[in-house]
Amino acid sequence: MSGHLKRDVAVVGVGMTRFGELWDMSFDELFIEAGLEALEDAGLSGDEIEAIYVGNMSAGRFIDQEHVASLIADRSGMTPVPCTRVEAACASGGLAFRHAVLAVASGLFDVVIAGGVEKMTDVTTEEATSILATASDQEWEAFHGVTFPALYAMMARRHMHEYGTDREELALPPVKNHRNATKNPKAQFRFEITVEQVIESPPIADPLRLLDCSPVSDGAAAVVVCPLDMAKELTDTPVVVKASAQASDAIALHDRETLTGLPATVEASRKAYKAAGIGPEDVDVAEVHDCFSIAEIMAVEDLGFVEKGEAGEAYREGMFEIDGEVAVNPSGGLKAKGHPVGASGVAQVVEIVEQLRGEAGKRQVDGAEIGLTHNVGGSGGTVVVHVFERAD
Amino acid sequence: MSVPRFWRSIENRYRLVGTVCKNCGEKFFPPRVVCPNCRRSGEMEEYEFSGRGEVYSYSVVRVPPEGFEDKAPYVVGIVKLEEGPLVTGMIVDCEPSEVEIGMPVEATFRRVSEEGEDGVIYYSLEFRPVRR
Amino acid sequence: MIPSEKVGIVGYGGYVPRYRIKVEEIAAVWGDDPEAIKSGLMIEEKSVPSETEDSATIAVEAARNALARAGIDPSEIGAVYVGSESPPYAVKPTATIVAEAIGATPEMTAADYEFACKAGTAAIQTCSGLVASGMIDYGLAIGADTAQGAPGDPLEYTAAAGGAAYIVGRENLVAELEGTYSYTTDTPDFWRREGQPYPRHGGRFTGAPAYFKHIVNAVRGLMEELDLSPEDFDYAVFHQPNGKFPRKVAKMLGFEPDQVEPSIVVDKVGNTYSGSSLLGFHAVLDVAEPGDRILLVSYGSGAGSDAFSFVVTDRIEEVRDAAPRLEEYIEDKVYVTYGEYAKMKKKLKF
Repeated sequence: MSGHLKRDVAVVGVGMTRFGELWDMSFDELFIEAGLEALEDAGLSGDEIEAIYVGNMSAGRFIDQEHVASLIADRSGMTPVPCTRVEAACASGGLAFRHAVLAVASGLFDVVIAGGVEKMTDVTTEEATSILATASDQEWEAFHGVTFPALYAMMARRHMHEYGTDREELALPPVKNHRNATKNPKAQFRFEITVEQVIESPPIADPLRLLDCSPVSDGAAAVVVCPLDMAKELTDTPVVVKASAQASDAIALHDRETLTGLPATVEASRKAYKAAGIGPEDVDVAEVHDCFSIAEIMAVEDLGFVEKGEAGEAYREGMFEIDGEVAVNPSGGLKAKGHPVGASGVAQVVEIVEQLRGEAGKRQVDGAEIGLTHNVGGSGGTVVVHVFERAD
Repeated sequence: MSVPRFWRSIENRYRLVGTVCKNCGEKFFPPRVVCPNCRRSGEMEEYEFSGRGEVYSYSVVRVPPEGFEDKAPYVVGIVKLEEGPLVTGMIVDCEPSEVEIGMPVEATFRRVSEEGEDGVIYYSLEFRPVRR
Repeated sequence: MIPSEKVGIVGYGGYVPRYRIKVEEIAAVWGDDPEAIKSGLMIEEKSVPSETEDSATIAVEAARNALARAGIDPSEIGAVYVGSESPPYAVKPTATIVAEAIGATPEMTAADYEFACKAGTAAIQTCSGLVASGMIDYGLAIGADTAQGAPGDPLEYTAAAGGAAYIVGRENLVAELEGTYSYTTDTPDFWRREGQPYPRHGGRFTGAPAYFKHIVNAVRGLMEELDLSPEDFDYAVFHQPNGKFPRKVAKMLGFEPDQVEPSIVVDKVGNTYSGSSLLGFHAVLDVAEPGDRILLVSYGSGAGSDAFSFVVTDRIEEVRDAAPRLEEYIEDKVYVTYGEYAKMKKKLKF
């Protein structure tokens, strides 16, 4: 019978680098730092690791390097441990985590490290923009001069047209996320911004402006997973993976059923809620994929936190603040924490685990018991959703 | 884009030739090999679209990608063709402020970009407002 | 050159980009006197191709319009010839791009022509020969250009963008070809070397020994061969590098202003080079009546002139509105500044 993990999987260690323009750090140094922090957090030496899964979107274009699985195993001194590189554009990290979970759940491995890394600043911003566009349909979207921001801008335009979401409401997620990030020592941007600043920032692709868009960043994140039984021996605060779900959808925006949401988010989250035996109202804290302001607006709707079209109003009412009904992106999200593409999905797990352990410091969501991560590839061609719960 | 890749799609790009599934009747542009509705029971054949449609959504690109620097700002859009499919393209021959959702458009043969100063030139049907 | 079998135009079409720049706008940049330019060249404004247009895209638009009027299946076209002095590639034909875009490939022949502003009429002659000999059923002849004038050079006021397409066949004609006559010499009045962005010209040398000599000889040769005089024509269309030359040569040859004026488009469009006389012909076909005789004379620097005599048939009234009239393209316009013009014409380096 399918649809169930054969055994419960827990996260026992987390680590991540600062996100930002990390000129002094190479691709190797980024994942080594994140990996060591995760191992130390788990109280492991590293000898226990039986497999590595790493999410990375485009080392081949950013640093002319493929075969990064071998590179990572090698540079972290972990050979001959099997290492697998996972790619799903911006969902690479979340998908790498999912494969680590599946590997442990299958019984083939006990202790597995899942990481994500992206080194984006060794190329110019123009080149980075072109590389990110490879997540879209090269033949039928990028060919016509459509950029990544333009794709999300077209979704924003349609959302505003169908639901009356206005320009101010669109600015509320970035404003919230910047405020949250002032409490996150690892965040790329640790300053607040205002709605006026968002609306008046340089235009990128109408109606989106610079401050609607997540930045180009370097960074890495890593977590250690193992069976729940073992986790209870390693740590007082194991966090169990209640559900892991994934869905695919058309790569091109024009082939989707709708432009005002991501059907893959709806599909993946419904499967995750069902497996976890919960509903969206049970989620206390969520790290969602806010590559652009509109992406967070659509995410809270697609995840079922609010009805379609009602996100704008909900943001005005503070529903998604750290002290709101469901805290969304307490870390600062992709917008303010940074978005080293392959690392983001794993960094979301890091935040949720720290929140559920009660270790999120000034960002702590009171009484957080159930958390959710939502990681999207491209304009919605891949979505990975995980649900977590404190295991004690 | 490499020369062979562009060449394979010339008929599709120059004349808006997509596919229609003879089994379920749905029309597709860009062309598909497999019908997503019928999968193996599907039977695809070529279908040439009229090029008429309306704007479904759009954006004005102000920070262009490589190869489009000389065109910014320019309008890109998703157009609903009169036969049903949504397609992505540029919206040319108008001011960005003139474009609105629902605006009728028609296909026009345009030079989209080039592979640098000495490379192949990419032509394709794009869209312009219907004025006559 | 009189065809031994019936041959003529089955369909015609044209295209002029939407954008225009006024003489005043260019003159302000270079410190010229706009009124002197306007009266000297008899031109008010010229067309400017947008960033996504070139002579190939213009050729395709014109060809599609010609097909609409011809009412034929594009696969019946046996030859495509595109004449231009601003082709997108120095080596790689525009004709195949056009042929593919209209669905005429692959059972056909094609080539690009270059003979300055008379490349399009040379294509009409070739198609006429192939059709009249029975070798093909239909031929597509196009003249299209996105001409370049060097910044600050007088040519900058007139070098414009546009094109026209003519489908030649032997049945369902809108205009029958009575005969054509060409006068050709090697006269270097205007040229562009390989790799150079802008052409050079001989200043006043481009007048009497070039434009006027070749046109006058071509027209006289045609009229002698067909035993016709100026009064036998209802319209006379000449190559239009500016508003002065065509009116002057018409007078020299004995034509009245009302035979020539309907064909003048250069004042509002500029000199579209390979498209120039062909767009003048299009303007006349938009208003001509069955039975009208039209003189079409091109001039290409280098140098040569092709003269044609066409007689309009009844069918013209049936197909005239199957595609836009040239006037519609001329009137659908948006003005640009010199800065926008420089950006669109790629005079800025990226």
